Amino acid sequence: MTEITHHIPDALMAAYTTGSLREPYALVVATHLSMCLECRASYEAHQALGGAVLETTCEADVSEALKSDVMALLDAPVADEPVHKRSGVYPGPIMAALKGRAPKWKSLGLGVRQCILSGNAEGSVRLLYIPPGQAVPDHGHNGLEMTLVLQGSFSDETGWFGVGDVELADQELEHTPIADAGPPCICLAATDAPLRFNSFMPRLLQPIFRI
Amino acid sequence: MLAVRDQRDKAAFVSLFDHFAPRLKGFIMRSGTGSGQAEEIVQEVMLTVWRKAALFDPGRAQVSGWIYQIARNRQIDVIRKENRPVPEELYEDQGSAPDASQIVGLEQEASELRQALGRLKPDQREMIEKAYLGELTHQEIKSQTGLPLGTIKSRIRLGLERLRHELKDMRSDD
Repeated sequence: MTEITHHIPDALMAAYTTGSLREPYALVVATHLSMCLECRASYEAHQALGGAVLETTCEADVSEALKSDVMALLDAPVADEPVHKRSGVYPGPIMAALKGRAPKWKSLGLGVRQCILSGNAEGSVRLLYIPPGQAVPDHGHNGLEMTLVLQGSFSDETGWFGVGDVELADQELEHTPIADAGPPCICLAATDAPLRFNSFMPRLLQPIFRI
Repeated sequence: MLAVRDQRDKAAFVSLFDHFAPRLKGFIMRSGTGSGQAEEIVQEVMLTVWRKAALFDPGRAQVSGWIYQIARNRQIDVIRKENRPVPEELYEDQGSAPDASQIVGLEQEASELRQALGRLKPDQREMIEKAYLGELTHQEIKSQTGLPLGTIKSRIRLGLERLRHELKDMRSDD
């Protein structure tokens, strides 16, 4: 496996650790963390800082009932939460988003396929399947767009992105990522753009439809 | 915490509870949650600490950092009614348990971190607290030139190399 060279920037990692990052992006960060030890170390360092804040925060008196309730519940049986394990190129967080099932692909034309994992007015996150030589569809973003490679690779004006690499783009970046030769490129892509009716189209069609 | 993890020691858990429950409640109430709901979250967090104790690794995390993350995840699940995406857990390979010097080293760093926090100017400290309470967005964290993350991060950086080395011996459960 090639070395990961495009990581999660520190401010983004801080936002993820502290929980202020919204769900579409948080899924990309959690997936990258499942693939990248360097970012895992950075994540755990932010947790240490969070722990220091927790240690030095003002205490609030807790009721006696809380303590006795907790102690009484220690031995209570609990249903195991499902742990979604990595499956093929999909790390645990993606399998959790897929509820343990294989992705259901929908064609976008030109061999490009997508599988929407979640989407609402605040943003969306999806899997993309791009055959070699095809352009990665534009996520139609207004703000931050994050693309994490799970299989294969793509290249654009800014560089080469292989398995585990994350590309961050804002609306100022005009780029056309193209899947490289080799196995089809599978990516996890998050955007803050609202999910549109049939979602987005291959980049080549955009000038025609002016989206 | 290790007595809780390895011996399922309830007396040790009581001391953990007495230390962390009031801090957790104070921490949760600072983001505007009422006392009753804060106690419900504290209950969930402390029960998770008991149930998931096997995942605690003293060579990688301080108890407070580990509990911090459990608490934030729980708060987000409750407030946003969504399950927060979390990374795969890493497990120790057999025989690669951290030695005592690693644990002591980590404790030392954590205590330096707390001291560094204590030395910040009040407004800087408030900013760090806001960030770790989850009240600053990614954009705000990015644009906070006054955020003393630099000072703090120099402390964290010390630990990063060590952590990275630690993690090399870990695997995810696949």
